[in-house]
Amino acid sequence: MLDLLERALVLALHIPDGFLSASVSALFWVLTLVCVTFAVRRTNKVLDDRQVPLMGVMAACIFAAQMLNFPVAGGTSGHVLGGALAAIVLGPAAGILVMTCVVALQALLFQDGGIVVMGANIFNMGVLTTLLGGAVFAGLLRLIGRQSKGLVIAGFAAAWVSVMAAAALTALQLIASGTAQPQVVLGAMLGVHSLIGVGEGLITAAALSFLLATRPDVLPAAVTDVLSGNARPVAKGQVLIGGLAIAALLLLLAPFASAAPDGLERVALDLGFIDGGRGPGAASPAGVLSDYTVPGLAGGISTILAGLVGVLIVVALGYGLAILLRRRSAARSNRSVPSSR
Amino acid sequence: MAQQILERYIDGASSIHALDARVKLVLAVTTIVCASLLPAGSWLALLALTALVWATIIASSVGLLLILRRALVALPFLAVVVTIVFSVPGQPVFTVPLGFVTLTATDAGLLRFFTIVWKSWVSVQVALILTATTHFFDILRALGALHLPKIMVALLSFMYRYLFVLADEAQQLLRARDCRSAALDGRGGGSVWWRAKVTGQLVGTLFLRAFERSERIYVAMLARGYTGELRSLNARPLHPSDLRFGLGGALVLVLITLQAFLG
Amino acid sequence: MTIMAAEPTTEHVYERQAISVHLRDTSFAYPDGREALHGINLTIGAGEKVALVGPNGAGKSTLLLHLNGVLGALDGHVSIAGTPVTRATLRQIRALVGLVFQDPDDQLFSPTVFDDVAFGPLHMGLPEAEVRQRVAHALAQVGMSGYESRMPHHMSLGQRKRVAVATVLSMAPAVLALDEPSAGLDPRARRGLIELLQTLPQTLLVSTHDLRMVVEVFPRTIILAEGRVAHDGPTDQILANAALLAEHGLELV
Ligand SMILES: Nc1ncnc2c1ncn2[C@@H]1O[C@H](COP(=O)(O)OP(=O)(O)O)[C@@H](O)[C@H]1O
Ligand SMILES: [Mg+2]
Repeated sequence: MLDLLERALVLALHIPDGFLSASVSALFWVLTLVCVTFAVRRTNKVLDDRQVPLMGVMAACIFAAQMLNFPVAGGTSGHVLGGALAAIVLGPAAGILVMTCVVALQALLFQDGGIVVMGANIFNMGVLTTLLGGAVFAGLLRLIGRQSKGLVIAGFAAAWVSVMAAAALTALQLIASGTAQPQVVLGAMLGVHSLIGVGEGLITAAALSFLLATRPDVLPAAVTDVLSGNARPVAKGQVLIGGLAIAALLLLLAPFASAAPDGLERVALDLGFIDGGRGPGAASPAGVLSDYTVPGLAGGISTILAGLVGVLIVVALGYGLAILLRRRSAARSNRSVPSSR
Repeated sequence: MAQQILERYIDGASSIHALDARVKLVLAVTTIVCASLLPAGSWLALLALTALVWATIIASSVGLLLILRRALVALPFLAVVVTIVFSVPGQPVFTVPLGFVTLTATDAGLLRFFTIVWKSWVSVQVALILTATTHFFDILRALGALHLPKIMVALLSFMYRYLFVLADEAQQLLRARDCRSAALDGRGGGSVWWRAKVTGQLVGTLFLRAFERSERIYVAMLARGYTGELRSLNARPLHPSDLRFGLGGALVLVLITLQAFLG
Repeated sequence: MTIMAAEPTTEHVYERQAISVHLRDTSFAYPDGREALHGINLTIGAGEKVALVGPNGAGKSTLLLHLNGVLGALDGHVSIAGTPVTRATLRQIRALVGLVFQDPDDQLFSPTVFDDVAFGPLHMGLPEAEVRQRVAHALAQVGMSGYESRMPHHMSLGQRKRVAVATVLSMAPAVLALDEPSAGLDPRARRGLIELLQTLPQTLLVSTHDLRMVVEVFPRTIILAEGRVAHDGPTDQILANAALLAEHGLELV
């Protein structure tokens, strides 16, 4: 059995039932269903009948890969969630389906994550990590170009960003549900995951360079082409989209990146949802934590708004970049005959 | 070896085991939905749900203690919600001095905290009793019968089938690594970077093995007539007594939820 | 002692008997350029039990994969029961040839034994009642009745190998091609497998390193070396020829 502390860290993104309000759960079920339906359509359209066993076994592989860990310090260890890796190696549509299966099975079989909140968990760990991870990877790889460092840097950044985004969205969902104190949960989630993300990034980068060294043919043609300098010249539009994605990402993460997330607070203040910390909880002198109270419902709406805007930006950009990545799935489908030793 | 950890089904001959998986799945999801809809402080409804769930657990003979122990899985998340005890406005109940900061717990905060904890605790038990009394492949069939897209059912079945195979391979890889790194230097160490890199290579190795296995499976499927279209046998019709049980259970759940809103 | 020349069984032997497997001048190279088969000529009669031996990398698995068109040019060099293996006949051929892979974890890809044994009949488009009846019959044949709702990961290797055979028996094939079926089995499971193979009425082409099993089950043996048929003849003659065995690294342990 995994040791309890490790589990706690892995679980930090697997929201259990009861922790999200019914409306937040419903909202993210809708978003997830839209994205998964889109991914199912895309996969069906590729019409490569080896995709089904490939994705199924890959889902099991991601699950098993999450068991591979390395000790860091003080009893903690580094793991991989695998969303960015799945997106990079399998492409965004297959990546979404594979990660959806991983999250769903963890909830159904092991109660890692709840059932009513599964829509949110799938969105955070299955849709957001794959779209964003895949997009950041493709963008950076094209910017850095053919040096083999490119793969390592882009892989690391994609994995780190995907974990941070999942953590940020998880925190926002909890805040919008009124189940956690905003400052604390955002600070804690992003603080912890900026470290967990390093583990994810290192493992992802190492796994990618291992694959490039041993079986480059399993990597998507789009990746190996860039590295070998065979990629078509980057179109202006693509650079624009990539740049926009990264800019939007920084924009989205910037308010959360500092330990005190005053960006969100400012939004809430401007919208008049926070009464400047005059709540009855504001009894303490230093007041770092307690001078800040959110009237339940109003605060919920403000954070739902902020969360929604963020999610929409990310989804829109992810979609834009998914188009960019489309060539890769086409290239995958005409690979050689099956090996069978 | 991995299967002892991963297997969640507990064999038994109870009426809960025998109940149609579709009915079990729908009732379990309904219970969790009802719990999540309850407003803060609906103690009576939560008590009623807990009583129903415990009655089911006892009827299934899988052991209440085992389920309660497994239900600790959601525990780490309490660290996140405990913050609302101090942040929701309300009458101060007690204070926690923490050096410079003094946290004030409010009645409304405590109310919301305990509601969330209880909801979550009941929901986890529901999910646990479902998986303890239903084979996962029956849950998959039920999902198929309830019109989950075929491809998702297929992916989940492959995933479930190869979970055990790949988890075993992962454990072998870990053991091999630990032997090797212990042999290289007595502390089993190396820098954190080095360890991360080795782990990444293990992930890559596992990935390659899974990839190659999926190609062999694909060939095995081709050899047995797979042409890209997945077929399955039709689901059997629901037994009337299972249907009645399901409808009755759903009615009780709805009544409990209504009570919380009206009562 | 002189080494017996490779003597392909000539076709006239089969004139009055139905030909089950026929390979004519079949060669194959993997996409990476590796040539695995060179001009294989081979004829096997209906109901014959033939062992395929040879060192690792000799091309045994590659040859078996040609029988139902998973590998190969599909240009009619291979034919099964008189039907050439081409793109147009592929569905028919796959129902005729049951291919069992070495690792049952590749062969058994469904969550339960029932689902796996039903996979072939279902994808042949058979009606439900017939599928259920075939599953029951195939499991009875390999002595695994009652295991329908068991999961592969809960079974021993010997049991999984038996179920793997059942997954193709349920398709009622005319030819069974098994890849190293006895590898990794303990003595009891191996004994069970040998008894199973002895009772099967189908044409059998089985690759193996287990010469003692060959003696018990297969009257005819083909030695494959570097993608060529090095020898083809009655098992007792081959096993009596120490020089031949030594040349191909075969040992009767
Ligand atoms: N998928 C493949 N790609 C390239 N070469 C292969 C592949 N499978 C097998 N080979 C090569 O083809 C030859 C024959 O292999 P195989 O048929 O597996 O031999 P055997 O089953 O007798 O051990 C070997 O040299 C092997 O390395
Ligand atoms: Mg072989």
